[in-house]
Amino acid sequence: MTSGGIGRSVSAWAAGAMALFGGEAWANPVPNQMNMTQGVSEWSPYAMHMVALWVCVVIGVIVFGAMFIAMFRFRKSRGAVAEKWAHSTKLEIVWTVVPVIILIFLANLATGGLTTFADTTGADMTIKITGYQWKWRYDYVDYKGKGVDKVGFVSKLEESSDRTRQLKSNLDPDKIQVDGYNTYLLDVDKPLVVPVGVKIRFIIVGGDVIHSWWVPALGWKMDAIPGIANAAWTKIKEPGVYRGQCAELCGQDHGFMPIVVKAVPKAEFEQWLATQEDEAKIQKAAQTAQNAPAPVPQG
Amino acid sequence: MAHAATHDHDHHGAPKGFFQRWVMSTNHKDIGTLYLIFSLTMFFIGGAFAMVIRAELFKPGMQLVQPYFFNEMTTMHALVMIFGAIMPAFVGLANWMVPLMVGAPDMALPRMNNLSFWILPFAFFMLLSTLFMPGGGPAGGWTMYPPLSLQGESVAYVIFAIHLMGISSIMGAINIIATILNMRAPGMDLLKMPVFVWSWLITAFLLIAVMPVLAGAVTMLLTDKYFHTNFFNAAGGGDPVLFQHIFWFFGHPEVYIMILPAFGIISEIIPTFARKPIFGYRAMVFAIASIAFLSFIVWAHHMFAVGLPMGAEIFFMYATMLIAVPTGVKVFNWVSTMWGGSMTFETPMLFSIAFVILFTIGGFSGLMLALAPADFQYHDTYFVVAHFHYVLVTGAAFSIMAAAYYWIPKWSGHMYSETWGKIHFWSSVISVNVLFFPQHFLGLAGMPRRIPDYNVAFANFNMISSIGGFWFGASQLIFLGVIIHCVFFSKKKAADRSWEGAKGLEWTVPSPAPFHTFDVPPVIHDDELAHGNTDH
Repeated sequence: MTSGGIGRSVSAWAAGAMALFGGEAWANPVPNQMNMTQGVSEWSPYAMHMVALWVCVVIGVIVFGAMFIAMFRFRKSRGAVAEKWAHSTKLEIVWTVVPVIILIFLANLATGGLTTFADTTGADMTIKITGYQWKWRYDYVDYKGKGVDKVGFVSKLEESSDRTRQLKSNLDPDKIQVDGYNTYLLDVDKPLVVPVGVKIRFIIVGGDVIHSWWVPALGWKMDAIPGIANAAWTKIKEPGVYRGQCAELCGQDHGFMPIVVKAVPKAEFEQWLATQEDEAKIQKAAQTAQNAPAPVPQG
Repeated sequence: MAHAATHDHDHHGAPKGFFQRWVMSTNHKDIGTLYLIFSLTMFFIGGAFAMVIRAELFKPGMQLVQPYFFNEMTTMHALVMIFGAIMPAFVGLANWMVPLMVGAPDMALPRMNNLSFWILPFAFFMLLSTLFMPGGGPAGGWTMYPPLSLQGESVAYVIFAIHLMGISSIMGAINIIATILNMRAPGMDLLKMPVFVWSWLITAFLLIAVMPVLAGAVTMLLTDKYFHTNFFNAAGGGDPVLFQHIFWFFGHPEVYIMILPAFGIISEIIPTFARKPIFGYRAMVFAIASIAFLSFIVWAHHMFAVGLPMGAEIFFMYATMLIAVPTGVKVFNWVSTMWGGSMTFETPMLFSIAFVILFTIGGFSGLMLALAPADFQYHDTYFVVAHFHYVLVTGAAFSIMAAAYYWIPKWSGHMYSETWGKIHFWSSVISVNVLFFPQHFLGLAGMPRRIPDYNVAFANFNMISSIGGFWFGASQLIFLGVIIHCVFFSKKKAADRSWEGAKGLEWTVPSPAPFHTFDVPPVIHDDELAHGNTDH
């Protein structure tokens, strides 16, 4: 952090502290962020996380409080004499049963979250995600019940981050910004464009080794495994750019294969998709004209 | 067994020659010492790798190492710390203390004891030598998930090293079980044994159960790599996820192998310095056994993000959450042991209290991680890194340090420097929190684990964490200094019963413990035991 960043730093700390207790909405990592994002999707584990956190805090205060009282009251230096008891069936039943009740409450909550997460039915759109060392490929499979014609591309770390991240590049990661937001290692050459308000099903596979597709603002990650087609869904509520990274160690450039999801209003998305389809057609036509033996993968 | 318990004609003292004494040793105390020295050495080697990791992560941008070398460091740090530092330290403590605590003259199988130790230096020489080979060391993470791990050039070396470590562990475990079940002094009933002995009895069964599973998993990796099998190769009809199931069927019990003996140690130390018997002895033993049982049916909680069927996720989530119950019982019982005691705060007690608090924090994050929907966010982030370092560093490693301070008077015959012990404690306990606590925030904010570089949003907490890391690493040099001072230079003689409130058979023998102890089985007095009367 530069010295000019101190003021920003302080306000970010304040925002972080507020977020810890009040719950502020942000989608992408901000400096000094301390808590999980609430996310922008219809499904979010944020509430579950906060309940579990507060349950732990309350239990912690009670247990550690009891320990500190014991350490203060029962010190030999204060003349405490050791008692002889070493058992209490009543107490032991209490601290077996009470945790069980708390756990049943948490389990109930989590089971609900899991059930809605697992339900990938009723999606209006399907996107296939393939993880490669060290980039992502996105293929649009269908939209509103209609197959999408050959829209697919590879998305990888954009160039300025890639130059900066080379060993001893002497380039400043602070300088890589988009609209005042630092995007070092969190920006790609070509983002995944999706519509808001549409339930999207992702089919996630691995092309070589195991990767994991993770955008924190969507609330989940899912492994991309060779030979297995995993499914997950999202329904984004707000337009915006949401950033994430590969979350499963996949080799030397594991840290350098970010994910960017650009969520746009439906009309804008449909326009974008149409343009992409047209481009694909033109490209195909051009290839046919050249008598290319096989379609060249784009990107 | 009968032979060992009867007599041996030259029970005089340690052999004079260095080679004779240390390399050919069959004495449980000397082999225990070897294990402890080995694990301390590995602790510093693994720690050096951690320093490389924290140095590279000190600020955004790549400053020191190539990403591939960074991955070698994370992989080797884990392998060395788990198999080289934590596990051998516990085996060393068992070697030294189990015979003394149950009134046995030595381990049941002394020659195998020698073999199980001396395999280890070769295993680690082989593992570490891969770092100097063309192609480098393993860089696919200590979990060795295929297909990534099969891209490495050092697969054969790593797998052979792991086989050797496994053989060593299994032999150690057999030896401990045989000693505990056959060599207890008359009157030392199972339910009168110290909790540390109980914890090791259960741990040894876990080791025997799961080390062969690991051996099987890595052997399949080996044949996939060199013999064209397709266990884990999707293109050949195999399944990469199968490896994860097998690995974690080993891996989760392995986690408890590294924490159950710690529970045992803490259950010895807290009653000593609270001067009050352990609260709920039977519940403590039962809790350890329940945790060990549960460890076999929770493995897939490491795999919530691989796309398991919902029914499986629910089962593994519930089973994992259940572990909180026996673990809670242990924590509550330790607190109750302190309650109404007469406490003093020597270094072993300080480490034990820090253990209870910080291990519980690791337990809390464990409970959060158990909740599958939330784990879709936490998984493979720095939140997980923070979690397992709280349970393994401030849990397992702190318990080993507590044990070292607690028993070193018995081992060396001298008292360590209490002042320097306390300096080591305070320096460690503060720095370890500076090191690992901010990692919770990093993970929640979205930083994946095992990455060599990161967005500037993560810069401040990484820098704080790195500063804590260097500080914690440097603090361990104090530990080394205290040990060397205590063994070679300390003038303060240790009493047989080195601590006022210490109970148990190990404190009835002289300090330092003579080369041979309990040639004649001791007579057990119930009031001599650390857990009071068990008849209720």
